[in-house]
Amino acid sequence: MERSRIFGIEVSPINLRRLSNFRANRRGYWSLWIFLIIFVASLFAELIANDRPALVMYDGEYYLPIIMDYPETTFGGFLETATEYTDPEVEEMILEKGWMVWPPIRFSYDTVNYRLSEPAPSPPSVDNILGTDDQGRDVAARLIYGFRISVLFGLTLTIISSAIGVAAGAVQGYFGGLTDLLFQRFIEIWSGLPTLYLLIILASIVEPNFWWLLGIMLMFSWMGLVGVVRAEFLKTRNFDYVLAARALGVSSKTIMWRHILPNAMVATITFLPFITSGSITTLTALDFLGFGLPPGSASLGELLNQGKANLHAPWLGLSGFIVLGTMLSLLIFIGEAVRDAFDPRKVFK
Amino acid sequence: MSKLLEIENLAVTFGRGEDAVEALRGVSLSIEKGETVALVGESGSGKSVCALSILQLLPYPLAHHPSGSIRLQGEELVGANQKQMQALRGGRIAMIFQEPLTSLNPLHSIGDQIAEAITTHQLISKQKVLERVCELMELVGMQDQISRLSALPHEFSGGQRQRIMIAMALANDPDLLIADEPTTAVDVTIQAQILELLADLQKRLGMGILFITHDLGIVRHMADRACVMQAGKIVEARTVDELFANPEHPYTQSLLASEPKGHPTAADAAAPVLASLDDLKVWFPIKRGMLRRTVDYVKAVDGVELSLKRGHTLGIVGESGSGKSTLARALLRLEKSEGAIQFKEQNIDTMTENQIRPLRADMQIVFQDPFGSLSPRMSIAEIIGEGLDVHGIGTTKAERDQMIEDVLGEVGLDAASCDRYPHEFSGGQRQRVSIARALILKPDLMVLDEPTSALDVSVQAQIVDLLRDLQRRHNLTYLFISHDLKVVRAMSHEIMVMKSGKVVEQGNADQVFDHPSQPYTRALLAAAFDIRSVNNDSLNK
Repeated sequence: MERSRIFGIEVSPINLRRLSNFRANRRGYWSLWIFLIIFVASLFAELIANDRPALVMYDGEYYLPIIMDYPETTFGGFLETATEYTDPEVEEMILEKGWMVWPPIRFSYDTVNYRLSEPAPSPPSVDNILGTDDQGRDVAARLIYGFRISVLFGLTLTIISSAIGVAAGAVQGYFGGLTDLLFQRFIEIWSGLPTLYLLIILASIVEPNFWWLLGIMLMFSWMGLVGVVRAEFLKTRNFDYVLAARALGVSSKTIMWRHILPNAMVATITFLPFITSGSITTLTALDFLGFGLPPGSASLGELLNQGKANLHAPWLGLSGFIVLGTMLSLLIFIGEAVRDAFDPRKVFK
Repeated sequence: MSKLLEIENLAVTFGRGEDAVEALRGVSLSIEKGETVALVGESGSGKSVCALSILQLLPYPLAHHPSGSIRLQGEELVGANQKQMQALRGGRIAMIFQEPLTSLNPLHSIGDQIAEAITTHQLISKQKVLERVCELMELVGMQDQISRLSALPHEFSGGQRQRIMIAMALANDPDLLIADEPTTAVDVTIQAQILELLADLQKRLGMGILFITHDLGIVRHMADRACVMQAGKIVEARTVDELFANPEHPYTQSLLASEPKGHPTAADAAAPVLASLDDLKVWFPIKRGMLRRTVDYVKAVDGVELSLKRGHTLGIVGESGSGKSTLARALLRLEKSEGAIQFKEQNIDTMTENQIRPLRADMQIVFQDPFGSLSPRMSIAEIIGEGLDVHGIGTTKAERDQMIEDVLGEVGLDAASCDRYPHEFSGGQRQRVSIARALILKPDLMVLDEPTSALDVSVQAQIVDLLRDLQRRHNLTYLFISHDLKVVRAMSHEIMVMKSGKVVEQGNADQVFDHPSQPYTRALLAAAFDIRSVNNDSLNK
């Protein structure tokens, strides 16, 4: 039988069918592409929204201000400090002997626009296409950076907590008995701990950053997948092929990894997009409450909070809402399509 | 006499266009009043599709009939409207299914369920319904159970549940009864009782029966005429006597010839003992109460002694739940047990898992379900080669590939099938893969746990031949477990009859089969070979 290959990787017929099922869900399929394009684009946020030019050509030499700091003297100035490219005098100096390429948005997430025609928060204008927030920072730039950090946080949290959850569920389901009993009771107690209070207490001791938040959230989010994976292992460990493997003398670790885990992966993969969107929502909520990322960092939750505080500046709340809503909807649509793709009942359509 | 049911040139196709699957291609058959017609064929031949299309219960419109007609006493059923069909189903045509536990609603009492079958079709008073329910219970031989009408299905045994199903089917005096493998899920002794009941009911009520089965023994015993189906067509339709005496179609001939027969290969009676059990017990605790104290035990295996001689086959027979499989698993230390287990003159019952691991290569197992026993996500080469990895047999990849290829050849599979996945194989081929997986380690002992039970008869015979051949070539020792006594007889040198975890009878195969000393063994043999139920206290206990 001919095996299909996608990008040179051998794909078993069942996965091929899942792929075509996934494609058949047009909404989910397109959502995945849109999400991937936005996400990949946001990874290069420094090239889209920045207060430094992407490339400078000065006096026959090329400079990359995004990567390196150059003192103003490089471009014929007097100061030894890093060049302020937005300064009209510096701009003039550089343009005299060369040129520079600016990103489409000339603000980074923390750039304060001091040349506002109206007091901050200022409404959308030619300079700030989505307006500025109450500290004069460009909303569009903050959205791009905020999207990136949200998705990265969501994905990291999902991947690590899934890995822990799958491992924990696997051990419980495979060994069963006392192991399972003790682990389950532990989870019941552990899941009763109030995450939010812990974060609030933490916020008063240390300044929570990306990794602190990730760590704290991880302590509680790994339990999401334990249930499904445990159930799958409980079911599969009694199958004949597992017994046959034991009769061959295969070790427990290998049986779990090679024989049972592939079965549990279906449930796991189906859950991933939903867990991701859940993680993103949690981060946004924390930022909204002020217990999230450190002040000044780009975050969607903080923008929403500003929108709430400045109801007379609807561009804050609206743009935050639209970005967040779109991102979560895309993830949900992808999740639905993944669920469809792994649904065995879809086979006989 | 007018025909009760006439099916003419019936075709059923699933799906349309390129993906269409023709399940039936021009089937014609007829049943007269009071007649039993058997529909015989292997799995996938279209027997059940045929039965379901009579009741118009196929998943329409996915399934459709490109041609043909089904007439019940002249009334056309193909394309009949929903209302007409609902009046017929359970009314003039009734059906009983293979699995009585899943066909009965677990949340309603059996009295209610039988009553519902009546009230769906008849408008009568509650009192009358109750009378009728009692009458039906009597009819199916459950008069002593009338007091239990309010009990739920799980409180009855498999045989009783099948009787309840029959009572429901008979509720409205059907003209035609369709029995779709009604005894496949029950033990042989129960099977004999159910078949006797059906024959008796037919005599009294004069209905026509369409009996669907894969078991030729039942056909010979039950039916007046038989239609042999193959790949959606009836290849031969004759009276049963003629069919068995003088089969015309080559497929019928092969089907008849394929019943497992022959004898086990001769074995040296003085061969050394390979494995033995002494007073083996597998007790599962029943725990109750807050503190989960053990109040009692389920004695799955209760004090069994046996010894297996090298190169011999010990057949273990018994009905479901008698502890056959548990015994075999305990012997391989796959189940916790008490009592001495000796294998190759070593006491393996006291060894740890790590100590046993090197011995695992010498004792292998083949399971019943060829679907469940192969990991669906591994290729055939990976499945067979796994044991080589574990035991470090063969050093280079080329050497291992060669061994895999050899063993595939030995079990009669093409070496090119290495890279395929289990679902691409038929049941019989998968069973060969299971055997290859065990065989590649060159074991001394192979436990065969119902290796033929999930297979069609023609495939069964092939597997039996293969196993006998392998035994002769490699001097293998088999522990052969089956509820099918014909297969056991074709394979075994010694026999052990088990019931409720205990050994009822044990001895030389010929002696046990020809001169059974215990009443239970006699009843089992009568039910299996003559489909005759023996009223015996040892059965009904």
